[in-house]
Amino acid sequence: MKKYKIVEKSKIWFAISLVLITISLGSLLIQGLNFGIDFIGGTIVTIELNTTFDSADARTIVDEFDTGADLTYAGDDKTQVIITTKRDLNTEERQALFSSFQEKYNLQDTDLLSIDTVSPSIGAEMTQNAIIAIIVAMVLMLAYITFRFEFLFGLTAIMALFHDLIVVLGVYSVFQIQVNSPFIAAMLTVLGYSINDTIVVFDRIRENRPKFGKYAYADLVDTSVSQTLGRSINTSLTTLMAITALYIFGAPAIKDFALPLMVGIAIGTYSSIFNASALWYTIKEYQHKKKEKVLATK
Amino acid sequence: MDKQKVNKKILAQLIIITLLIFGVGYVLFSGVTVGVYDIGKISNNMNYGLDLTGGVNVVLEAENTESDPVTPEKIDSAILTIRQRIDSIGVSEPTITKQGDNRIRVSIPSVSDQEEALNLIGKTAQLEFLGPDDTVILTGKDVVDSKGVMQTSSSGIEQAVVTLKFSEEGTKLFADATEKYQGQVIKIKLDDEIISAPTVNVVITNGEAVIEGMGDIDEAGNLASLIRGGALPVKLAPVEIRTVGPTLGQNSLNDSVFAGLIGISLVLIFMLVAYRGLGFIADLALIIYIMIFLTIMAALNVTLTLPGIAGLILSVGMAVDANVIIFSRIKEEARLGKSLLTAIDTGFSRAFTTILDSNVTTLIAGFVLFFLGSGSVQGFAVTLILGILVSMFTAIVITKHLVRLMIKTGLFTNNAFYGL
Repeated sequence: MKKYKIVEKSKIWFAISLVLITISLGSLLIQGLNFGIDFIGGTIVTIELNTTFDSADARTIVDEFDTGADLTYAGDDKTQVIITTKRDLNTEERQALFSSFQEKYNLQDTDLLSIDTVSPSIGAEMTQNAIIAIIVAMVLMLAYITFRFEFLFGLTAIMALFHDLIVVLGVYSVFQIQVNSPFIAAMLTVLGYSINDTIVVFDRIRENRPKFGKYAYADLVDTSVSQTLGRSINTSLTTLMAITALYIFGAPAIKDFALPLMVGIAIGTYSSIFNASALWYTIKEYQHKKKEKVLATK
Repeated sequence: MDKQKVNKKILAQLIIITLLIFGVGYVLFSGVTVGVYDIGKISNNMNYGLDLTGGVNVVLEAENTESDPVTPEKIDSAILTIRQRIDSIGVSEPTITKQGDNRIRVSIPSVSDQEEALNLIGKTAQLEFLGPDDTVILTGKDVVDSKGVMQTSSSGIEQAVVTLKFSEEGTKLFADATEKYQGQVIKIKLDDEIISAPTVNVVITNGEAVIEGMGDIDEAGNLASLIRGGALPVKLAPVEIRTVGPTLGQNSLNDSVFAGLIGISLVLIFMLVAYRGLGFIADLALIIYIMIFLTIMAALNVTLTLPGIAGLILSVGMAVDANVIIFSRIKEEARLGKSLLTAIDTGFSRAFTTILDSNVTTLIAGFVLFFLGSGSVQGFAVTLILGILVSMFTAIVITKHLVRLMIKTGLFTNNAFYGL
């Protein structure tokens, strides 16, 4: 089996990750996230107009209710309009809005395709729950890995996870993908998937450890990563295939969910191969050298 | 190389198992009728979420004021009232659940008129009859029956009205009031809005009244069912509304099923190309995985939502992971010069701890999602958890038996056949 020299080039991997994180954090600071109604509240109404329409006409109707509303075309033939308002419309307003369209375009009741209304208070709760969910998941994973492996494996795995989550957040920010409730599911899936990948590599390091000298960390990590490389790539490929199919052919509501997952799985695989074990190696090596120094000065 | 004798008995077993898998698959996906037994398609027995069938989903929050605090009793009785109202319009199986201390989630599948349903759920429906001096004469509690009917008015015009029938006590109160306020106006107020203000001409002692001024018979009918259902004991404001029209829901389902078929086919082909004979076994295990997964979903009555389908397809990608780990391990063992059967046995046992540890960490994420998430996120979590558990079983137990069976047939002794 070919042995790849992973740890030797640690600096390169760290540099790549640093660039990705810088871009992500930069974009998050400059343009932030594009929060959807699930987080900030508002109303989305989708109406089938059964005909192509002039957006100026639709604009006139919508402006009566909320001048800050977004209008987008939807449907295979662009005959649907999606109206997104920044504040949540009440029942009377929504009915009046639909009635106006109904009159102008001669619509049936069933042409009202969907309504989504969320009050801002719910959004604040969601944000809080999302952060709690991610922290709880990370703490539990750290505990499990410490129990089954050792604390340092857990710590480096969680560091790699943070890296993945920041990059996925960055993708949301750079491409201004709307952040709605599927976002939480996407983040936690990336979390679960990426840790799964990392554990497979660490598991091999754990298994190989007795076969290597006590401080032959570089050799140990290189061998273990090389042995699991085929599996890491094949698994990512199968999962990516399944999600890419979802992204291309799935319902519009799923697409927003599929894109960050694709990125998350790719970056999760990258960090499992290059970051997590290289980090573990760097810290182990540092601890070892420190110990040697202490011994030498004694 | 010695040509090993083909073990016909085991070969027959393998063929029967393969045929059985496809047979069960056929029954599961297209249904079959045998004599009096009718085994329906799994797709008909599945419990679909509102995002796939269309419907209305509302979260109502009770308003807590000092003079009118929210109590568990009030929430419970509000749930009963909402159920009565929805039942009165004859919609199928609404789900009404309490969320936290002060919220109620209402889900009604297959509603064609979304706004009408929303209107019906959220109205407090405080009906009051007020005298000219704004004293309350009687309220909705005193009404025992109410109907929306067409009636010809005194001026000869046919119009929609709501009829009211008062209880015994209400009848007396109403008779007293109509006597007291003859020639004056009695206001009928619904949720702080005066919907009718008739002038009293005669004393009404039969305990019946009508509310005029309805737009059409539907409006009259809805108001009547609101009055019959009674007023909500607490003011409820919708904090989250999600409705999906039936066509949109069906389209989402079709698109996602199509996407799923493509994704699964790609994974099946990939495994076959990358691992050949072993890949074929992994593919069989994957098909078994999907069948078990869907059967459990249907049996446990888990609601399949759009994120749920995404979770299923994602889990297919991850389900083969266990097999990928095992097969890579078998390859390594075979390279060390072990015999095929030994390589397979050590491969499986060595891979087990890897699969266990990696899946447990992913399960942790799944359970956190389930307990801390809400609505669609929970639906996704259920499919993720179920997917991991079932795939561990199919990828480890089922694949192992099938692979051993395949080797024991003596037909495929060439390492290349196993992609080794």
